[in-house]
Amino acid sequence: MSALLIAENLGKSFRRGGVRLAAVDGASFSVDDGETLGIVGPSGSGKTTLARLVVRLIDADVGTLQFEGADLLALRGKALRATRKRIQMVFQDPLAALNPRASVADVIGDPLRIHRLADSGGRPAAIAHLLNRVGLPAALASRAVHEISGGQRQRVAIARALATEPRLIVLDEAASALDVSARAHILKLLVELQAESGISYIFVSHDIAVVRAISHRVAIMDHGRIVETGPTAQVIAAPQSATGKALIAAVPHLMPAQD
Amino acid sequence: MTTLITIDNLSVAFRQGSRSVTALDSVSLTINSGERLAIIGESGSGKSTLALALAGLLPASAEQAGTIHWPNGPPVPGRDIGMVFQDPSSSLDPVLTIGEQIAEGAVAHLGLDWNAARQRARDLLARVLLPDPESLLRAFPHQLSGGQRQRVAIAAAIAAGPGLLIADEATSALDTIVQAEIVALLRGLVAEEGMTLLFITHDIALASSLADRIAVFRQAKLVEIGAAADIIGHSREPYTASLLAAHIDLTTPPLIGARA
Repeated sequence: MSALLIAENLGKSFRRGGVRLAAVDGASFSVDDGETLGIVGPSGSGKTTLARLVVRLIDADVGTLQFEGADLLALRGKALRATRKRIQMVFQDPLAALNPRASVADVIGDPLRIHRLADSGGRPAAIAHLLNRVGLPAALASRAVHEISGGQRQRVAIARALATEPRLIVLDEAASALDVSARAHILKLLVELQAESGISYIFVSHDIAVVRAISHRVAIMDHGRIVETGPTAQVIAAPQSATGKALIAAVPHLMPAQD
Repeated sequence: MTTLITIDNLSVAFRQGSRSVTALDSVSLTINSGERLAIIGESGSGKSTLALALAGLLPASAEQAGTIHWPNGPPVPGRDIGMVFQDPSSSLDPVLTIGEQIAEGAVAHLGLDWNAARQRARDLLARVLLPDPESLLRAFPHQLSGGQRQRVAIAAAIAAGPGLLIADEATSALDTIVQAEIVALLRGLVAEEGMTLLFITHDIALASSLADRIAVFRQAKLVEIGAAADIIGHSREPYTASLLAAHIDLTTPPLIGARA
């Protein structure tokens, strides 16, 4: 098993009213090929900032990021564009992430066109293939994003992410806004895609129960720091950090009210 | 056990362009005084429409049929029904101080002057377990965290001493740790004040941890209603079973296998 991504001592702070706030502070972690790393923490713990650092939507102040053996933070221009294909991101709200008036074909076709992965003649077939991979009918291609259901939209967002054949997808609360049945289907889809292609995920969520269901390892964040990391079963069974214990204690269980 | 509300054959439809969309379809149920009733359902189930109908907050354009009967007389909106919504940053007024928005309900419905209402607002901030109520009275919503704002929204909702508190996805935008804190707060408040709680959520586990009874809604219809233990343990409804099957907690088998 080889490390796909290695982050060391990543840090990012933002200025707010004259004060510098460390959103991510000294974060070190790695993601192996075919592995899912769950990142879980309360609101404001820095998990979304960490996700954005990994895909280089924002640049780190300090630290190093190695992806496929290359220094990700040093990449510029053509080399950076080539690497962007290899790391994709899926957000919480597909209606905000995708143009609601665009067709499903445009949404999925854009990365194919931009990265010259399929010419205009070959694009419809490539789009149909991607829709099929996420369990949607090819006929959906002509529909507008706003016309389809929330669960279908998130599948389209995943198909768009898959278009460039990435090695890593960063999912930021990607199942959090969905109804429970749609959420279960999306999680199952992610696991199936991983089994097929050996893709790696960073799965960011505030819900440790959902993280537990699909992550091989978890990192628990609080106040910008990774306060605990380890194999999922081990962390859930015996959390060492106060934040880990609080996240586990807060999971509601199916039981009648007691009082 | 006395009945607080009897809902009989309630239907609500909204006009969308030329067609009419049914949000509630022939729903009948009773709500008992002092009970904690959870309404659960997925998007489009009609659960929020039911809350708006009870609180008299449906838009004038909504078409309503059937009856909502209050045996103790019709409620005064804002006084007898407190309402807490999902997003406290949109339900609180960003340009009013915390003190003003909590005191407003007490001034309007309890006949208090602003000074007395301010005292009451300070007491309510302490009731919802916010630190330093005196200085919070002068704070604005944007200065608080999401969980703190929701505590303020709860304080404002109970300012006039309502008998019924409706929480509509009131913990859904919060992280799980804050969610557990708000649920504990609601549980304590309704017990101390003897309020009836209508807890609307998409999360069946959250419902089961708080409610005496659970009503399951789907596509504008009431699927079933019963004691929480019966709905969780002995439901015969396939839809309820599917919700239970889709639920994920720390006992759910992981979706991934062990890696070689």
